[in-house]
Amino acid sequence: MKSVFVYCEVENQKVAEISQELLSAGKRLAQKLGSPLEAMVLGKSLNEIKSQIAPFGVDKLFVADDDRLEPYRTLPHTALATDVLKKVDPQIVLFGATSVGRDLAPRIASVLNCGLTADCTILDIGDHFDKKEKKEYKDLLYAIRPAFGGSIMANIINWDQHPQMATVREGVMKKEIFNKNYKTEVVEVKVSEIVKDEDFIVRIIERHIEESGVNLKEAPIIVAGGYGVGSKENFQHLVDLADLLGGEVGGSRAAVDAGFIEYDRQIGQTGTTVRPKLYIAAGISGAIQHRAGMQEASLIISINNDHEAPINKIADYVIHGDLGEVVPKMIKYYKENAK
Amino acid sequence: MRPLKIIVLAKQVPDTRHVGADAMKPDGTVNRGKLATIFNPDDLHALELALNIKDRVKGTEVIVLTMGPKRAADIIRESYYRGADYGIMISDKRFGGADTLATSYTLVKGIQKLAPFDLILGGRQAIDGDTAQVGPQCADKLKIPQVTYVEEIVNIKDDEIAARRRLEKGVETVSSPFPCLMTVHGSSPTCRSRHAKKVMKYKYARTGTELKSRKTDEVLLSLHEKRPYLNIPEWSVEDIDAEIEKIGLSGSPTKVKSVESIVLTAKESKKLSDSDTDIEMMIKELIEQHTIG
Repeated sequence: MKSVFVYCEVENQKVAEISQELLSAGKRLAQKLGSPLEAMVLGKSLNEIKSQIAPFGVDKLFVADDDRLEPYRTLPHTALATDVLKKVDPQIVLFGATSVGRDLAPRIASVLNCGLTADCTILDIGDHFDKKEKKEYKDLLYAIRPAFGGSIMANIINWDQHPQMATVREGVMKKEIFNKNYKTEVVEVKVSEIVKDEDFIVRIIERHIEESGVNLKEAPIIVAGGYGVGSKENFQHLVDLADLLGGEVGGSRAAVDAGFIEYDRQIGQTGTTVRPKLYIAAGISGAIQHRAGMQEASLIISINNDHEAPINKIADYVIHGDLGEVVPKMIKYYKENAK
Repeated sequence: MRPLKIIVLAKQVPDTRHVGADAMKPDGTVNRGKLATIFNPDDLHALELALNIKDRVKGTEVIVLTMGPKRAADIIRESYYRGADYGIMISDKRFGGADTLATSYTLVKGIQKLAPFDLILGGRQAIDGDTAQVGPQCADKLKIPQVTYVEEIVNIKDDEIAARRRLEKGVETVSSPFPCLMTVHGSSPTCRSRHAKKVMKYKYARTGTELKSRKTDEVLLSLHEKRPYLNIPEWSVEDIDAEIEKIGLSGSPTKVKSVESIVLTAKESKKLSDSDTDIEMMIKELIEQHTIG
């Protein structure tokens, strides 16, 4: 059986969170298929990297270790990844839907002339009967994603141009250690034999990466606002409530697009996926892209003056009203009642 | 500084913020006829970036290329109104149903007809799919470097261009030789408005198909005869010399197996008013459950 393959991102010799999630998701797919799990990591000073990756149940790890491979650049990474993928010929390849993955995966898909499905929220294995050819295809990747303004979930398959590739957002897949003592075979990629000087023609002049102070994924309580919040000023109510409860502030895509709140606080399919113990959604109607990023919260409160807002259906408490009145009252009664 | 030749890739998209029940056909593809259409927002940012370079580098030419059905000619007119020099449509029923791979192949065949060029610009992604794949796939097929998520051009020289990229966790400034392809992030400046004089000049710009499909309007036809710049070229499969098995549905490896409408399984939710009593009751419950406090 051909393998399931994961492209791993590294930052400062550490395997990125998204890649750990993908390795876990990849292992689950590989077990369904009875296939090996393989992975690739490209960067510099990677001698310790195997110990981080092996516990996810990786059978074979391709390591390309070269000072020129970090920070990420499109052309050398494409050259190396396509070279490895052509040799390995996997059945499924997974990438993070990150700044790197969304730059790299389509370029690779173009080189390999294969299909690529973006921002999947569910990955599964299944069959397909093609009515035109009257042919049954076994064990395909079901790449499932919300589409079209969130009104539908689309199951995207690809049976004739392998490998089947997909990108997944951070936080969507559950991370789980498979076996701490898993035996992983390491294959060293001969970087200089594959990349050429002209692969380095794009030069990085300056780079400024902020360790984002926002950690939505770890926050136990999130107070999120949508377009219905109405203004940046009104968002302050939500900030006050979040500060008081010891939580973080988040926003829907519409709120981010409207400039009410920064991009790194966006929750949903094209932002961060969160699973807090309390999620307060204020002025959020709850398109599926948003719900995909928060519906696993233990408890959901919706504050909305629209009775029909889809988010109300998944909320434990639905408060009908204006958040400008409701939120200050929540603050007041919390202060009066909390010990 | 020598003048540049810039090609802007722009897409007409359904306004996915306002989707009705009949938006999808039974085969799972989009029923575009049923939806209001707009200029893809990120592509308008790309157009602005191109026009900004044109302002900075005298003699620069901005060409807009769009692929789509007949009504996508709106994209070309809109681009003219805002300052583009020239616009071309790639339009043929056989291009329909394309995924990103088939789309990038088709666009590249069109771009090659316009070669040589210095810079290809497009939006980071289109709101009907949010894939952000077509840009990098075009760059690969053209064998040129790509610079994704651009928010500002920081320097232009005769042989190279430097841009600042907006990443998830920061920014990065890179320099690429010409020719190259850039995808433009929504954090870049918004597009300038229509220019009244340009609206006057181009409002009767039409494709041949549009001219034929309307009731014969003698005035419009004679206007087009006198002013050839009003003609919006339409390129078919043959015009761009595309291989039929690489375009449309047959050139698309990804297929929609099924689509499901989203049915929400309603929770037993407590409905509250905004009264003090209701809100105090809820806060007390949350504290008792140790959810907060």
